[in-house]
Amino acid sequence: MLDDRDRIFTNLYGRGECTLAGAMRRGHWDGTAGLIKKGGEWIIEEVKNSGLRGRGGAGFPTGLKWSFMPAPDGVRPNYLVVNADESEPGTCKDREILRHEPHSLLEGCLFAGFAMGAESAYIYIRGEYVRERELLQSAIDEARAAGLLGKNAAGSGWNFDVYLHHGAGAYICGEETALLESLEGKKGMPRMKPPFPAMAGLYGCPTTVNNVESIAVVPTILRRGAEWFAGIGRPRNTGTKIFAISGHVNAPCVVEEAMSIPLRELIDRHCGGVRGGWDNLKAVIPGGSSVPCLPAELCADAIMDFDWLAGQKSGLGTAAVIVMDQSTDIIKAIWRLSKFYKHESCGQCTPCREGAGWMMRVMNRMMTGDAETSEIDMLHEVSKQVEGHTICALGDAAAWPIQGLIRHFRPEMEARIAARQTASNTRSAHEQKRAAQLVSTSSLQDEV
Amino acid sequence: MDELREIQIDGQLFEVRPELTLIQACEEVGIEIPRFCYHERLSIAGNCRMCLVEIVGGPPKPAASCAMQVKDLRPGPENKPPMIRTNSPMVRKAREGVMEFLLINHPLDCPICDQGGECDLQDQAMAYGVDFSRYREPKRAVDDLNLGPLIETCMTRCISCTRCVRFTTEVAGNTQMGQTGRGEDAEITSYLRRTLNSNLQGNIIDLCPVGALTSKPYAFTARPWELTKTETIDVMDALGANIRVDSKGREVMRIIPRNHDAINEEWISDTTRFAWDGLRRQRLDRPYLRRDGRLHPVGWSEALQMASEKLSIGPVAGLAGELAPTEAIYALGKLIDDLGGRKECRTAREALPAENRSAYAGTATIDAIDEASRIILVGTDPRNEAPVLNARIRAAWLRGAEIGLFGPDLDLTYGYDNLGSCARDLGAFADSIGDESSDCLVIVGQGAISGRSGEAILAAAMEIGSFGRGLLMLHRAASRVGALDVNFTHPAGLDAALASVVTVYNLGMDETDIEPGPFVIYQGSHGDRGAERADLVLPAAAYTEESGIFVNTEGRPQLAAKATFPPGVAKDNWAIIRAISGEMGRALPFNSLQQLRLALTRDHPHLGALDAVPKNGLQMLPRGSCDDDEITIADGEFYLSNPILRASPLMAELAGQSSPMEAANARAA
Amino acid sequence: MRRRFHHIQPESFEFTPDNLVWAQRQVQNYPPRRQASAIIPLLMRAQEQEGWLSRPAVEYVADLLEIPHIRACEVATFYFMFHLKPVGSVAHIQVCGTTTCMICGSEDLIAVCRRRIAEHPHELSSDGQFSWEEVECLGACSNAPMAQIGKDYFEDLTAQSLSGIIDELAAGRVPQPGSQIGRFSSEPVTGETSLTEIQAGGALRNAAVERALQRGDSIRRIDGSES
Ligand SMILES: Cc1cc2nc3c(=O)[nH]c(=O)nc-3n(C[C@H](O)[C@H](O)[C@H](O)COP(=O)(O)O)c2cc1C
Ligand code: SF4
Ligand code: FES
Repeated sequence: MLDDRDRIFTNLYGRGECTLAGAMRRGHWDGTAGLIKKGGEWIIEEVKNSGLRGRGGAGFPTGLKWSFMPAPDGVRPNYLVVNADESEPGTCKDREILRHEPHSLLEGCLFAGFAMGAESAYIYIRGEYVRERELLQSAIDEARAAGLLGKNAAGSGWNFDVYLHHGAGAYICGEETALLESLEGKKGMPRMKPPFPAMAGLYGCPTTVNNVESIAVVPTILRRGAEWFAGIGRPRNTGTKIFAISGHVNAPCVVEEAMSIPLRELIDRHCGGVRGGWDNLKAVIPGGSSVPCLPAELCADAIMDFDWLAGQKSGLGTAAVIVMDQSTDIIKAIWRLSKFYKHESCGQCTPCREGAGWMMRVMNRMMTGDAETSEIDMLHEVSKQVEGHTICALGDAAAWPIQGLIRHFRPEMEARIAARQTASNTRSAHEQKRAAQLVSTSSLQDEV
Repeated sequence: MDELREIQIDGQLFEVRPELTLIQACEEVGIEIPRFCYHERLSIAGNCRMCLVEIVGGPPKPAASCAMQVKDLRPGPENKPPMIRTNSPMVRKAREGVMEFLLINHPLDCPICDQGGECDLQDQAMAYGVDFSRYREPKRAVDDLNLGPLIETCMTRCISCTRCVRFTTEVAGNTQMGQTGRGEDAEITSYLRRTLNSNLQGNIIDLCPVGALTSKPYAFTARPWELTKTETIDVMDALGANIRVDSKGREVMRIIPRNHDAINEEWISDTTRFAWDGLRRQRLDRPYLRRDGRLHPVGWSEALQMASEKLSIGPVAGLAGELAPTEAIYALGKLIDDLGGRKECRTAREALPAENRSAYAGTATIDAIDEASRIILVGTDPRNEAPVLNARIRAAWLRGAEIGLFGPDLDLTYGYDNLGSCARDLGAFADSIGDESSDCLVIVGQGAISGRSGEAILAAAMEIGSFGRGLLMLHRAASRVGALDVNFTHPAGLDAALASVVTVYNLGMDETDIEPGPFVIYQGSHGDRGAERADLVLPAAAYTEESGIFVNTEGRPQLAAKATFPPGVAKDNWAIIRAISGEMGRALPFNSLQQLRLALTRDHPHLGALDAVPKNGLQMLPRGSCDDDEITIADGEFYLSNPILRASPLMAELAGQSSPMEAANARAA
Repeated sequence: MRRRFHHIQPESFEFTPDNLVWAQRQVQNYPPRRQASAIIPLLMRAQEQEGWLSRPAVEYVADLLEIPHIRACEVATFYFMFHLKPVGSVAHIQVCGTTTCMICGSEDLIAVCRRRIAEHPHELSSDGQFSWEEVECLGACSNAPMAQIGKDYFEDLTAQSLSGIIDELAAGRVPQPGSQIGRFSSEPVTGETSLTEIQAGGALRNAAVERALQRGDSIRRIDGSES
């Protein structure tokens, strides 16, 4: 278990003061200028050596990503954009940084911005996080007033400012290029790549988009050294990580832990165990809604990091752990995710626009059992027709949970269908009608 | 330009330009990639996902070939040229998947769909023959739009390729169309579902790859395979847009654009596209003679006799109108010359100097717009005078060209600087430009040169152009340059030509009134203003009904072809004139159109070089004094600018509804 | 869900003078000629001023930012936080229904809304004071089930506590947001398992709740004079 001394986010729950003064007492903004004086290359090297991988879901090495940014050419400015859209179901970790640890983020922005030659950073926060936005704005105002942002930020000689921008309810704006479109005042429709943002991002200028947590851990990495961070977790899966555990545990919570912590340890130590005991566990979605679920059999030995979970055809994603006990209707749980993706598809590209709705509707019938067994294979095929054929990864995200369900819970799906068929052979017409109504009300939404 | 790059496509090595996208590269080497959203003249959307190809050694998923450039490909294995596959199992599977998705919510109503037989979706569904019966869910229904009298919508068929949105926004400069909502409920729509306000809107009918946007006037009138297709030239403005006329029996059923990179690319204006209902109405289908103040039908022999009689007495004048083919104007010129009469084609009193081709046809080609970094408009509203040309100027503006305007403020769909409103301003500008290396292309409208200072304005404009990319004279009448080319002018202009004449031979001139007095022979296709003033009416073919040369605004001769037959006993224009000459015992020396053309091109060799723009040696005009005469725009309602359009009920409807564009459109970036 | 402007629209819309000043300040956050970037914040403020987003408001904001109306309409219909028709005059309750909340009981919360407010989402209660909808994950999953009311999150809800919140709102009071079972923020309900050595503490409530109480603007219309 991670020692409190090794925790980066010491005010994660907001028990301490969230003001600048409070943050400084906890060690933020300490020696910032000195670290900057070591140079951008040094910062990027340190981040590379720390092994930090992006905390936004894809796990791309952060230092490497920063090194893709071209030197400013004097015509187009470079931009840092922080992805605080946090909308992946199950995920609620960045929220705690935004409202309780804003200065770790702001100081991280300064380091990242400086290292990439950016004089401005935009933080794109989801629209629903109103208080978080207000709190972060006060932190920005405080930092500006204290000279930590603005001209010669924190005495570093670098001019740097942070602007806060918000969305208005669209999961897709978490996808980095959709986020940039949204920030430019348009619909959040993902762009095609190439060109990648590092070449043409915000307003056509070189841009790097990073997750809140990816940026917020940087000041501590620089202060304590890459080796310290790299020493936590397993090789290629280093550092501390904020986990958000939700669902059927006795005490759901957000907690910073060591990367590669065993799943069971995470749940037992911090969440009071699975509701009804470990044996009552049915499945876990280990990394937010987009990753395939793990059945209980695989959970006992599960290690919470990128590589182990990828090895199980799942993923660490955003490290949002959704725990489901035996009482869960897992087909319904995944159907609800299908509904989410159908709702959040931007509608731009064909496979996602059409496939997400199709998959949801078939999932709906899987949930009620009103399907043919052969449709399970068809559903799998449809998900394969979406996966890998779309502009952005939302298509993949819509496909994977269903693939995970079919991989691990096919017998349950078949049983549901069989039960339904037997029942409908015996049930009265009246009952059938009622059941059909129930299905339709649960899947329909009114026009606005 | 970068050097050619090697690329291996389906096992074969090719060399292509690195800036090409994969879909373009494939096209260049003759490999067809299916597509719905991609269109070479629109921005890249990459949304349909039909054009997916496999990149060997790349990520294990296919890439959209319309969005990926050759130069972005990583080298293949062992540093060999990059390898792509367009027909591998991965590609086929991907495309079948996309097809299935496109079809699940697409109605299977091909038999009753107007796009049937020329539908990209239908074609691809055949090629990727997928069985979409796997879809058991209810199909989505989408509300239709009322886009006005030109475009019929069936939005349930829409596949959200956004071509229509991109065309209207990017090319037409109209910000009415968009895609609202999101996900599977996203709707392609006009703002507040209002009718469209653009004179280029018909192009979205061609662009729509399915039957969501179809031609309202053409609706359910014909199937593609019943149509006779004739490649010809448009005469609704002086651009000479290349068109295809589709006819069934004696009727023109529709008109669609043909591609000509140097003229209309592949767009046409709505007048060009929808003028054909005007070909069916108000037609002159037999000769008429005025007796007791009213026109009475007569036979051809009586008509020819009467014409011959009237032309034999007293001084005669010949006028050439807007829509007459060059051959007829040439023939009429020969006859008038033989009679010692006067002739004139500059019927709006434009200061177009006869015999100075560099002034009346200009020195620049239309595609010079694409390269100019500065375009100066003088007394022209290209959006009304030649909408397709205006779209080209807009494209230049989007690319970064500066636009300047002399004349009243206009809504042009792009930003410009108003450099002055009177001749003096233009003169001063011409003086200031000196011989500094300016890159101006000057476009002069007929309004600018029809007033008192017309000559001075033209001279100043020529001077500005002479230092840059030249002068583009923007005519409004399709016949005008041809008429000037065959010297159909009078040294002292229209009024002098008409002064105390006894007989006027009016060859399809409907835009200027002829004073009472002379006996007027009107030859034309429609019972319009010219026929109303006429004493003798000779019915002639319209532009879709005879073969003829038209010289467009930049001086490019093109051949219009005969698609259908003239109505009743109406005849080819040249043939009527030839018949009268015979009747008068002064038979013109040609018995067929071929012989006429031979004579024409002997006299004017450049008219024989079809589709070529002769280089016109710059002949500067003397700079006159430029006082404060306003630089004006030629007036005339866009949708009603010639007899054919005025006969069209559809155009009348459009003229009624068309209102000044909302200011918002001008702001479109 | 199809998103269109409501069939009944007010005549016009204008920012209050204070909101207009605020809006002009927002535009400064973006580089010159990039004022279109401010569209979401401005539309949101228009909604906060009026309670919902009307067509005149969208056109007003579009004109302010020099954006064609159709582009602003695309934005207004794309983002689901924009209410394109009137919502409850007191409160619009947005219950998270995505998987975590669902398996933790959000269906019970929706049943409360159905019973107490209106049968269908986006429908006004008979007195016009309330409306509700099921929304997608609001990013507070460790405190599921939860709902957003106005600017605030109400977490760790039960059917009973949500019903109580509706009672309070109906009585003209604004209940305290945050966890409804006494959690400070997102720590385990049984008490911290980490940061036990470090945290001195002192705060009575987490920062978001504290701020909500200080400002008392959870469900208030915003005219710009607040800050
Ligand atoms: C549909 C979709 C939604 C996403 N949502 C988020 C998000 O809410 N927050 C986030 O940080 N990254 C999100 N991402 C990942 C981003 O695209 C991007 O990879 C990330 O912000 C990069 O930051 P990192 O390198 O620091 O992880 C999302 C990606 C997709 C495809
Ligand atoms: S995959 Fe879905 S969300 Fe992504 S671009 Fe395509 S339609 Fe939009
Ligand atoms: S043609 Fe390439 S994605 Fe549509």
